[in-house]
Amino acid sequence: MAAKKAPEKSNVSKEELLKFYREMLLIRRFEEKAGQLYGMGLIGGFCHLYIGQEAVVVGLEACTKEGDKRITSYRDHGHMLACGMEANGVMAELTGREGGYSRGKGGSMHMFSREKHFYGGHGIVGAQVPLGAGLAFADKYKGNDNVTFAYFGDGAANQGQVYETYNMAELWALPVIFVIENNHYAMGTSQARSTKSETLFGRGLAYGIAGEQVDGMDVLAVKEAGAKAVAHCRAGKGPYILEMMTYRYRGHSMSDPAKYRTREEVEKMKSEKDAIDHVRDMLLGAGLASDEELKAIDKSIKEVVNASAEFAKQSPEPALSELWTDIYA
Amino acid sequence: MAVEVLMPALSPTMEEGTLAKWLVKEGDVVKSGQIIAEIETDKATMEFEAVDEGTVGRILVAEGAAGVKVNTPIMVLVEAGESADAAPAPDAAPAPVAAVAVAAPVAVVSKASPDWPAGTPMKQMTVREALREAMAEEMRANPNVMLMGEEVGEYQGAYKISQGLLDEFGPRRVVDTPITEMGFTGIAVGAAWGGLNPIVEFMTFNFAMQAIDHILNSAAKTNYMSGGQLGCPIVFRGANGAAARVGAQHSQDFAAWYAAIPGLKVVMPYSASDAKGLLKQAIRDPNPVVFLENEILYGQSFEVPDLPDFTIPFGKARVWRDGSDVTIVSFGIGMKYALEAADLLTKDGIAAEVIDLRTLRPIDYDTVLASVQKTNRCVTVEEGFPVGSIGDHLASTIMQRAFDYLDAPVVTCTGKDVPMPYAANLEKLALVTTADVVAAVKSVCYR
Repeated sequence: MAAKKAPEKSNVSKEELLKFYREMLLIRRFEEKAGQLYGMGLIGGFCHLYIGQEAVVVGLEACTKEGDKRITSYRDHGHMLACGMEANGVMAELTGREGGYSRGKGGSMHMFSREKHFYGGHGIVGAQVPLGAGLAFADKYKGNDNVTFAYFGDGAANQGQVYETYNMAELWALPVIFVIENNHYAMGTSQARSTKSETLFGRGLAYGIAGEQVDGMDVLAVKEAGAKAVAHCRAGKGPYILEMMTYRYRGHSMSDPAKYRTREEVEKMKSEKDAIDHVRDMLLGAGLASDEELKAIDKSIKEVVNASAEFAKQSPEPALSELWTDIYA
Repeated sequence: MAVEVLMPALSPTMEEGTLAKWLVKEGDVVKSGQIIAEIETDKATMEFEAVDEGTVGRILVAEGAAGVKVNTPIMVLVEAGESADAAPAPDAAPAPVAAVAVAAPVAVVSKASPDWPAGTPMKQMTVREALREAMAEEMRANPNVMLMGEEVGEYQGAYKISQGLLDEFGPRRVVDTPITEMGFTGIAVGAAWGGLNPIVEFMTFNFAMQAIDHILNSAAKTNYMSGGQLGCPIVFRGANGAAARVGAQHSQDFAAWYAAIPGLKVVMPYSASDAKGLLKQAIRDPNPVVFLENEILYGQSFEVPDLPDFTIPFGKARVWRDGSDVTIVSFGIGMKYALEAADLLTKDGIAAEVIDLRTLRPIDYDTVLASVQKTNRCVTVEEGFPVGSIGDHLASTIMQRAFDYLDAPVVTCTGKDVPMPYAANLEKLALVTTADVVAAVKSVCYR
């Protein structure tokens, strides 16, 4: 990774930078709170935090319009917050309560919102890739110009169904953007120990799919690449691959002892490449915002997150009759 | 030396066919490898090549003859100067037999179906034609219904179920896929979430094993996991169970597997009318439906109501014949053995009530239990493996809900607990048979 970016990119508006700052900070504070509630036993099972990767979803969501769809893996909290789903509903789903997006029946890995065109939240590594291409298939069938963002990790990039999907997506020119969130570790297995190819987006070239590698810690770079991919898809040119070079600060899940990488490696990323610090430095460095303004934002985010935690604790458990509902539509 | 040319078997399940066209005439010289005739099976029209060389001495089966059994002599080849009369006399070859239907209708129906009004005009139709009509009618009615799968379009369907659909509906709605079950099944499930009503054809359900994650984890569970937000209106259909002589990897009945999964609906029709009415119902259902067909039944003819639009509800068994001595419960091709056995048992004075479950999720327990309360005996019939079978589940249900009515333990007739062998004699031994059903009924009747 390159050294920390100087805050020279000032061709972006103050409003947009503040928006990015706010959205990324919301994800980070939300995830920190989720980790805390997990430690208190209020969240059970698997809980995969998105801390470190915030710039990817926030930058890409800035390229979307109403009608666009997104689908991802089990590390999905950030994607939901970034597409406008309520912190309360997400947190209450984590605690398995009635007020959760799936009324407590899905949990961390299985949340959805028809309203926000968020199609999950999938616990089977790689399954969301053909599912996402299918959403794009439906849009193409209907003749609209919506695109679908199908997010997956460097681990899922070794699943066979990803390449089955690449083939059909290009063959049928489906409007799907494959977003590889390359955080370099598939659970505990580093990319070097699992994957021979130097780049992951490069595998798409064999199927004729255009793509590129992007600094996924730089929200402006993410947005720029995302806009290019979206234009490609909307123009009917078929799929596009974005390999986002990113990093998760926390373990794979809450139960990960993280023995497969050094503390130094993690600290280096945090201090040199942090996506939120980057935007903060740009805002302060260019004099676009004052310390006080940013502190006020921090405070308001903290309030939203604390309120969501309170909601998630107060919301009742689902009624026992819920066991038997929603099995069939 | 004169050589008889025999009617060839052109598919694993072909028993007879139509001699559509002769490309040679008596007196012609035939070379090895030359195409001599076109033969129409219920799946396709195939070119038939000569293996031996010689002169066409005599054509034994006229062009256009239907119902010509496999191995019937159709032509005599003679050597130069030899008379056709030198050929061995055909073994009372009954060719040509133009009037015989491709498959005789099943004759054992003794009870009217409650699924359509009495007096409804009926037409003869194969299961294959019924499935095709069901898809075509639903595609005409709903522009979001589309078909995808291997060879469904230009090839006209590996088993000819989708014949003609590409011509009528075009490649946007009849989509040929690469051989990539996991990928296209995932795409179809996503498309269903995106607002379409896909029909996924698996060439056979053996290949759906490549895609079972999407059928179970993606299609069946998401409505529940989303708190009711994300239903998946999709049909997974195709041939299930043993065909003939295709070995272990291509001969397996998955009925009990899929029937175990909450969130799926599972249909396994026997007759053509059920195939049509239930497939139309499946396409309209807002949930994922696994629709299990049978290659051997595809060519069987049944009476189908001649109505512009009819459906058959899920969860309603059909009683094919009334009886007071024993209840035989089956579904799919198992019904063939159940009905044949019921016919044979009348000779022993045993009146069997025969129930076709038709859908395995939901199951019509009420019809089964009411019958068992009347007959006090029950035999189940299916082609699948014995462990964890539908019969096991029914036996358990009957034991828990009608124990005091039973005069004998429930007996389950299933396929044998072995991978399907290839050898003809072993394959026969591995499958459930009419004789198995007769023996089981006699055992529960203590006869």
